Amino acid sequence: MSLVRGVAALAMVTLAVVLQVSFFPHVAWQGIVPNLALLVVVGAALVRGPEFAASLGFLAGLAIDLAPPADHIAGRWALALVVVGYLAGRVRQDTRPTAVTVVATVAACSFVGTSVFALSGLLLRDPVVSVPGVLEVIVVAVVWDVLLTPFVLPPVMTLFRRLQPARVAW
Amino acid sequence: MGLDDHRTREKRWKGMDRLDQRSRPSRTVLVALLLAAATVITLDYRGGPDSPLEPAREVAGEVLGPVEATTAAIIRPVAALPDYFRTRAGLREEVHALEAENARLRRAVDTADLDRNRLAEYDGLSRAAVDHGYALVPARVIAIGPRQSFSHTVTIDAGTRAGVHPDMTVLNNDGLVGRVIRSTRSTATVLLLLDQESVVGGRLGSSMEIGFLRGRGDLGEAGQLDLDLVDDRVVANQGDVVTTWGSEGGAPYVSGIPIGRVTAVSSTPRETSRRAVIQPFVDFTALDLVGVAVDRDAVSDRTLVTAGGGRR
Repeated sequence: MSLVRGVAALAMVTLAVVLQVSFFPHVAWQGIVPNLALLVVVGAALVRGPEFAASLGFLAGLAIDLAPPADHIAGRWALALVVVGYLAGRVRQDTRPTAVTVVATVAACSFVGTSVFALSGLLLRDPVVSVPGVLEVIVVAVVWDVLLTPFVLPPVMTLFRRLQPARVAW
Repeated sequence: MGLDDHRTREKRWKGMDRLDQRSRPSRTVLVALLLAAATVITLDYRGGPDSPLEPAREVAGEVLGPVEATTAAIIRPVAALPDYFRTRAGLREEVHALEAENARLRRAVDTADLDRNRLAEYDGLSRAAVDHGYALVPARVIAIGPRQSFSHTVTIDAGTRAGVHPDMTVLNNDGLVGRVIRSTRSTATVLLLLDQESVVGGRLGSSMEIGFLRGRGDLGEAGQLDLDLVDDRVVANQGDVVTTWGSEGGAPYVSGIPIGRVTAVSSTPRETSRRAVIQPFVDFTALDLVGVAVDRDAVSDRTLVTAGGGRR
């Protein structure tokens, strides 16, 4: 069963990464697309908690880093999504998160994730980008992610809830 | 009685302990993952072109490339849906615009024959014309890198099986698109002209002066290139066309591909060379069909397009 869970989570991440590069460029605004992999990681965090989400974030980030046409230094998205998974996991309570909580978490995580990625780029000078350009991209990315939250997060969270191992009530 | 009291209190403490442990996630996992990410970054950063991550990239490309190609094939008709809903008025307007452009081009072609004949005579005189013939491998863009990654790369659906290898020129109907930086069996990654790491040698059409074109890293209207002319006494004129001057052996850029038009010229006393801003001919927000320049006798699994419109 745990193998099935792992495969399902990985399939979801792969689908997110592929759609991000092959479907969303058709509707992109100035080349900025919604970060589906980040949304999947946040969904996992809200249901399963920080450890699982951070691990899934690492794998999802590596997938973005290595899947063509990525050309930046590998590991940068992995770092960003580990941070995102951990932070989003800290929001989780044992009650079901309300819609407002989910949207706020997505907005905060999108901001943090893209910022961590951009900052690592500034540090490594890969590629050389200007700070105003980065800010514009971050803001648009947050708007995109929030816009897609109602369509992506509910099915993702339902799926993770279904896949969750039965918890002992206490 | 006292013993019982003690026992219950102890139980409660134990319960509190467990609660505490549950609400605070283990830091070990986080630290381990952060260190893993840092290791990957360091390996790839230090490694450069022959980094240990390159095989991993290759595997990811071999596995995800076909998936991306399939997804793109499914999505293409869906993405074309808005085209079906265009109004007749809009289409008629476009026909008018195209007719006007057609007339203009026909006029240009009428004089082109004369120019071409004169050029052929000159070439025959100097015997300097070397035919660097190349053929084009047709390919479609199947994936575009997100802007959030701050690099401008796309994936095309032609790989080593089609004869596409790193350091080959990619162009389309309008002009130069970029160069291949990595290829798997069925896909290849193309670095667009716009990327900040892209440098192309360019030649001004009017004065034959050479310079280097660098991408700005922006898309759309702001997606322009900076041209640094080697000779600082030369002034680029607005409207001048810039073409590639080509690299030795045609890699990574074959010569004579139109790149763009000069839209602005500036110079500062601090810089030794004059700077011109180039608007590329290619619309990078709507890339679809492209061609990769390969040797005329290259081995490929698909039909090659040769100069003059022939196919092989």
